[in-house]
Amino acid sequence: MNTTTTKKYGDRIYRAITLIFALSILVILLIMTAEMVSESLPSLRKFGWGFVTGSDWDAVQGSFASLPYLYGSVVSSILAILLATPLSVGTALFITELAPHRVGAVTASLVELLAAIPSVIYGLWGILVMTPWLQSTVEPFLIKRLGFLPFFKGAPYGVSMLAAVFILMIMIVPIITSITKEVLMAVPSSQKEAAIALGATRWEMIRMSVLPYGRSGILGAVILGLGRAIGETMAVTMVIGNTPQISLSLLSPAYTMPSVIANEFAEATTKLHSAALMEIGLILLVVTLFINFLARMLLWSVTRKWKGDVA
Amino acid sequence: MNLRSIAARKASNLVATALMGTATVLVLLPLVIIFYHIIKMGVSSVNPAFFTNIPQPPGEAGGGMANGIAGSAIMIGMASLLGLPVGIFGAVYLTEYGNGKLATAIRFCADVLSGIPSIITGMVAYSMLVVPLKGFSALAGSFALSLIMVPIVLRTTEEQLKMVPATLREASLALGVPLWRTSIKVTLRSAMTGVITGVLLAIARVAGETAPLLFTALGNHFWSKKLTEPMAALPLQIFNFAISPYEDWHRLAWAGALVLVVLMFGLSLAARWVGRSKHS
Repeated sequence: MNTTTTKKYGDRIYRAITLIFALSILVILLIMTAEMVSESLPSLRKFGWGFVTGSDWDAVQGSFASLPYLYGSVVSSILAILLATPLSVGTALFITELAPHRVGAVTASLVELLAAIPSVIYGLWGILVMTPWLQSTVEPFLIKRLGFLPFFKGAPYGVSMLAAVFILMIMIVPIITSITKEVLMAVPSSQKEAAIALGATRWEMIRMSVLPYGRSGILGAVILGLGRAIGETMAVTMVIGNTPQISLSLLSPAYTMPSVIANEFAEATTKLHSAALMEIGLILLVVTLFINFLARMLLWSVTRKWKGDVA
Repeated sequence: MNLRSIAARKASNLVATALMGTATVLVLLPLVIIFYHIIKMGVSSVNPAFFTNIPQPPGEAGGGMANGIAGSAIMIGMASLLGLPVGIFGAVYLTEYGNGKLATAIRFCADVLSGIPSIITGMVAYSMLVVPLKGFSALAGSFALSLIMVPIVLRTTEEQLKMVPATLREASLALGVPLWRTSIKVTLRSAMTGVITGVLLAIARVAGETAPLLFTALGNHFWSKKLTEPMAALPLQIFNFAISPYEDWHRLAWAGALVLVVLMFGLSLAARWVGRSKHS
């Protein structure tokens, strides 16, 4: 009798402790959001919607509006995603459908390696190797050949929107590739075998069986990559030039939301300045929460459906 | 299917194959280039002084990143003490008791949480610890890192615990061993190598984190004597030196990058090795 009661208590205590630890995930998420909202209240109250529509950022005058940072984040991330998606899907297809097993496995682990490199090292390489190369070679070429377009006007600074797009592309490709690879590997082989048995070439098999099945999963992977790109801080801060301006030209320096936080938060002296930076953080949080929510929904629905099929 | 000639179909197959191959080369090319530069620029500055000295003012030779390496080790250690138990035992809840909506919500939130930019984690740690303690500190830095570790460890541990055969647990329970002892002595123990793999990967991930330390640990040019003082960290030093205008500091930054990369790949190799030895 005595042993069974202690057994019961032991189990109850164990359950309670593990439950508290598991709940901490929800608590962290709630506290993060609550902190960000409460800390940005002074700025939310003072500037209202003007905060996201205006472009005047002046710590001395105490007037803050964030449009250039929003613009920089959105443009750099979207361009990076546009460049990264075909490369990632191509590589994931190469790994899963094309390469011999060993080659595919080696390629996949090299991609994982790329994903593990810390952002600050990409930034170091970006600022000391890539931007000088852009300034001396790529940008003069673009100005000469495509300078008639508004996107390639101006002087070659090296640090620029273009540099941010390139570094972001290099950084998110491994993430999108490895998730797309997981998605593609979950495509039932019966689907592919059916296409091959009907006499399809390998590309036709990919186009008719693999891609349609993987579509929403690949979309999830791309959206997840977008979330990463928008939140990426160190590498972008180091190469984008940190100038709050809205310019069509990819050659001019720009600024992003995480970069302005990284550069100014530790030195923000007035309450309003740090509240304004907190509000930028809050916008970033809401956007990335939404993006991750969407991406996980897509990825979860896909992998679950397939697991159900197999079982 | 539209009836195109065999030749056209074969040609498009060839083009698609070539494109996929090209994409792969383009993706792997930066890896080769970045590694080439890290090794070329870093090797010459990684010497004993790098591991024993603190940074020197630009122009003076013989500086190192000893305080950054030590600071990183201390903060990662403290973050692990806080984050690992929470992640591991949170995962135990999900595998032992978690079948309902709550468990699904926790899993989902963990996935979403791991996608939140780490600079926001830094801001939260700032307002929760730096402001009340009235100063940047190693404690705040560790706290920020532990917040990043929890969801990663939780999800990887859960994957490992799920792979433990149900028969093992059932055998233990059938012998009258209480669930909590079964969980610790049987389930966790047989998943141990997998859990360690996940832990090593989580450590490798936070070892390179810079953004959450910017306004928590802040960085320090000298040795920190207390945990309530600003503390240096290797990635922070790499950042500060990379954006400085000095050649000497650039050299140190490359050396730091080489050390950080070697450390991280060492960790992930160790993780793989641990994970593999389980199956043999």
